[in-house]
Amino acid sequence: MTTAVAETVSAPAPPRPRRAWVGALIGVLLDTLTILSLFIGVSDVSPASLISGGSEGTAAFLLVVSRAPRTVAVVLVGASLGIAGLIMQMLVRNKFVEPGTTGVTEFATFGMLLTIVLWPGLAVMGKMAVAAVFGLLGTWVFLRVIRAIPVRQLVLVPLVGIMLGGIIGSVTTFFAYRLDLLQSLGQWAQGSFSTVMQGRYELVWVAAAMVVVAWFAADRFSVVGLGEEFATNLGLHYQRVVAVGMVIIAVITAAVLVTAGMIPFLGLVVPNVVSLIIGDNVRRAIPWVAGLGALFVVACDILARLIRFPYEIPLSVIVGVIGAALFLWLLLRRRTRAH
Amino acid sequence: MIALENVTKRYGSTTVVDDVSLTFGGEGIVALIGPNGAGKSTLFSLVGRLLKPDAGTVSVDGLDVATASSPELATALAVLRQDNHVGARLTVHDLVEFGRFPHSRGRLTEVDRDHIERAIDYLELDAYRGRFLDELSGGQRQRAFIAMVLAQDTRYVLLDEPLNNLDLRHMTEIMKLLRRMADELDKRIVVVLHDINFAATYADRIVAMREGRVVADAPAAEVMDAAVLERVYDTPVDVHEIDGRPVALYYS
Repeated sequence: MTTAVAETVSAPAPPRPRRAWVGALIGVLLDTLTILSLFIGVSDVSPASLISGGSEGTAAFLLVVSRAPRTVAVVLVGASLGIAGLIMQMLVRNKFVEPGTTGVTEFATFGMLLTIVLWPGLAVMGKMAVAAVFGLLGTWVFLRVIRAIPVRQLVLVPLVGIMLGGIIGSVTTFFAYRLDLLQSLGQWAQGSFSTVMQGRYELVWVAAAMVVVAWFAADRFSVVGLGEEFATNLGLHYQRVVAVGMVIIAVITAAVLVTAGMIPFLGLVVPNVVSLIIGDNVRRAIPWVAGLGALFVVACDILARLIRFPYEIPLSVIVGVIGAALFLWLLLRRRTRAH
Repeated sequence: MIALENVTKRYGSTTVVDDVSLTFGGEGIVALIGPNGAGKSTLFSLVGRLLKPDAGTVSVDGLDVATASSPELATALAVLRQDNHVGARLTVHDLVEFGRFPHSRGRLTEVDRDHIERAIDYLELDAYRGRFLDELSGGQRQRAFIAMVLAQDTRYVLLDEPLNNLDLRHMTEIMKLLRRMADELDKRIVVVLHDINFAATYADRIVAMREGRVVADAPAAEVMDAAVLERVYDTPVDVHEIDGRPVALYYS
């Protein structure tokens, strides 16, 4: 009796869709694979060799210089790319966009090419900054272009984005061809963590910082996801929130491009899967998207290292195959629902 | 009071709202009627600060909409448009919680939670609070949006065609609910309606627009007149007295 009274006095906790076990599973898998990732590679780095070699041994050295940076980079890239996709989907109000399908990545790549041609000696941070500025420009152009589309059709929006990306991509390729830089271009287009090591991965922390920014503004992005009219009614400065979102997207895209290259489909697939599980409330979705994104890339990176061991195949190949399959499944699944 | 003074809005060379002066806030429910393209939705956008008028001013309780802070206006006025994003996978509770945004700025207090609970109770949505919006029927979803507006706790509520795509039962349900909100909670509601009989039954005052101008503005009973309605809609309308109430027939 007393408990019943107590319950009516305090407001009941808002019931959330209960999928806690899925979240726990993602967490456990992520932890396991992250630790596993530290010990996979040609050289012998294992708990045993670490103990026998001590803090001065080769194993410890490799762990600090190569394995740990790689694993950190993989986790942060996966998490932040997922968030970039999520934020973009909120801004555009379309589930089929991400930096890779809207021309943002292509714009950032063009910026990278420009730095190589114009400022060859620029530090990595500078390259990333230029790429981010171009990514921002790309996001802006895309948002402008889709505003001109009269009917905001579900599939038309990403199609326009892909076409936009195609145009910018071909301009980039043209210049790269003329300037004999096709090889660099090819390198960025193939996402891979094989060259990541200490001193060459720290920019992913910038991407991680953007995830924190996204988390702070999470409610605002949820509201913006319901449309400009809706957001304005609630007293939100729509343009300001969109601007913050654009910066988050551009910086994450640039940081990932500089450290690992292009990783397709991730930003598209992960937020969609999370949306199916727990819905579109950004505050609730962020840890899920970050966790699932990280898990996805860690798993793919481990596969990329193991399939032709001791050689590596590019991560983007693995991600592309699995991601494309997932994307198709999402598309077909959506069609079966009434729309 | 929501006051529009000589408000004009043009898109290119077309004038959508033409020198309109109106005040809302004296009556519980004002129904805004008129044919498609009469400028009803544009009028809502002007009041809801989504569009800037080319001439004239709009004010809400003395605050000029053009210059007042948007968060402050959001605590006085709620505008619900017809294009509600039904595909969003937000729960009913999430949505109602967003209604508190102008007050909480994202950090919910006890007061906010109390408002949320009351709004959910008022709309009898307790059983559905954990459901996603895309899993609800049209009537339930409309109630969820109205609960959000209630949680927003504004004196003025503007609803753009809230009866769209609803069946007879749910249309009646929503209109009765609006009536209760006006009478019990002292809300001032302006609602765009296409069914003039609903307007006549539930509204205190009817404002009719045509081609950007106000062509009739009077207590409901006076607007329910064959000549007036014919002028508004440019189509023959009969008005009959049935059970002591005027009913418009336009099914000829």
